[in-house]
Amino acid sequence: MNSNEPPIIEVIDLVHQFGERAVLNDISFNVHRGETLVIMGGSGCGKSTLLRHMIGSMKPTSGSVKIFGEEIAAMKESEIGRVRQRFGMLFQSGALLASLTVGENVSLPLFQHTDKSADEIEAIVKQKLEMVGLTGFEDLKPAEISGGMKKRVGLARALALDPELLFSDEPTSGLDPIMTAVVDQLTLKLARGSHMSAVVVSHDMTSAFRIATRMIMLGHGSIVAQGTPEEIRTSTNPEVHQFINGEADGPIPLNLSQDKHEDHQCVKPRPFALARYRFHHKSS
Amino acid sequence: MVFIGVRAAPMVALTAFSVGVTLAMQAAHSLRELGAEMYIPDLVMVTLLREMGPVLIAVIVIGRSGSAVAAELGTMKVSEEIEALEVMAINPVQYLVVPRFLAMLVMLPALTIFGNYIGVFGGWAVCTFALDFNTAGYVLRALQSADTWDLYSGMIKSVVFAWIVITIACNAGLHVDGGAEGVGQATTASVVQALLAMLVTNAVLTGIFFFAA
Repeated sequence: MNSNEPPIIEVIDLVHQFGERAVLNDISFNVHRGETLVIMGGSGCGKSTLLRHMIGSMKPTSGSVKIFGEEIAAMKESEIGRVRQRFGMLFQSGALLASLTVGENVSLPLFQHTDKSADEIEAIVKQKLEMVGLTGFEDLKPAEISGGMKKRVGLARALALDPELLFSDEPTSGLDPIMTAVVDQLTLKLARGSHMSAVVVSHDMTSAFRIATRMIMLGHGSIVAQGTPEEIRTSTNPEVHQFINGEADGPIPLNLSQDKHEDHQCVKPRPFALARYRFHHKSS
Repeated sequence: MVFIGVRAAPMVALTAFSVGVTLAMQAAHSLRELGAEMYIPDLVMVTLLREMGPVLIAVIVIGRSGSAVAAELGTMKVSEEIEALEVMAINPVQYLVVPRFLAMLVMLPALTIFGNYIGVFGGWAVCTFALDFNTAGYVLRALQSADTWDLYSGMIKSVVFAWIVITIACNAGLHVDGGAEGVGQATTASVVQALLAMLVTNAVLTGIFFFAA
């Protein structure tokens, strides 16, 4: 890793508000070439929102998000498209186009953004599917394969253009332990061999510690802890400790009925709003 | 294009045929009292070309293809497919909406022409088998009664309806949120809005073409 090189991702003082509520609060971090950043945190703590800012589909309330040194928040749709061709994104559900076959899904970005011939594209599609262990599945429709397979096709599609940067939303959830290891090794191989950077949102701690070069833990829309996997593992922060060890008891509020830490809640329930909603429903 | 056009043809044919038959029977009943049975073909032909053809075929296409487009795009929206396209730097409007728009703009007028033929055929069936017309007489009267403007006005309507139907359907589909329930609501809304917009526009166009002039 060359520290003089500008970072691939530079997030500075990112704030995002939905009305009064700050979903993201003063988030700052960098991702350099070849690094794999894992973002952890409980449900509803802003992980997906943060990811959406980095891919340019949400605009921050304030702060800056630079991808490849360019401010993505200030760009027009057409300019964002140019940046997006340089990164791949794996969605949690795979987000395959249901009307196309597996092969067509993977070839879609190649047909849209390159001048390669149909034969070349077919070869690339074969190679990418082989990387995720799905040789021979080209002609099936997404509806005919399992959830885990869809996700791996999604990964093959994200890697189709040999991106410099890969975003993954829960890449290993729904995969069996062996496929999890395969996907992790693939990420590691690409990071080490091709100096691809990756940003991975994950709940899977085994996988997270296997692939991460740096980790961020989000809580209540802010960064609770940030560091190398070793620093996170040995962290004395009780929230980090509870999260990485998967313990039910600890400082992280769970919004259960016996919960005594209401003022720490990540998403505060609004009983009054809820009551009003119910009332509307009855009266209509 | 195959879905919007070709597969809708049998349904269009049946509808148009029954409308042609109904028109001829109603016309026969009323015109007989006036002793003007010979005008039955005129009535069938002009009504079909100007009004019934474009409107009824549009109703079928709204129910069949408009709703399907809204539901399909809506499902794509809720399953993150649209977002995936955007992130792959593929413009969803260019990739998804434009082909559907063109298919509708070609196929609805084409179906209307097809439906007009079948409707006139329905009228012929009544006139030939139940009344004392011969085929040549029916065709001659029908062709004499209509001028090209009757055909063109119907076609203009049909193109305008196609534009209305597909715009509403795509718009409803792309703005779905809230899962399967949202898709259902958007589909219903697209059908209702498209029907209303189409009927109101039809009244306005008829006013412009045949009343104000």
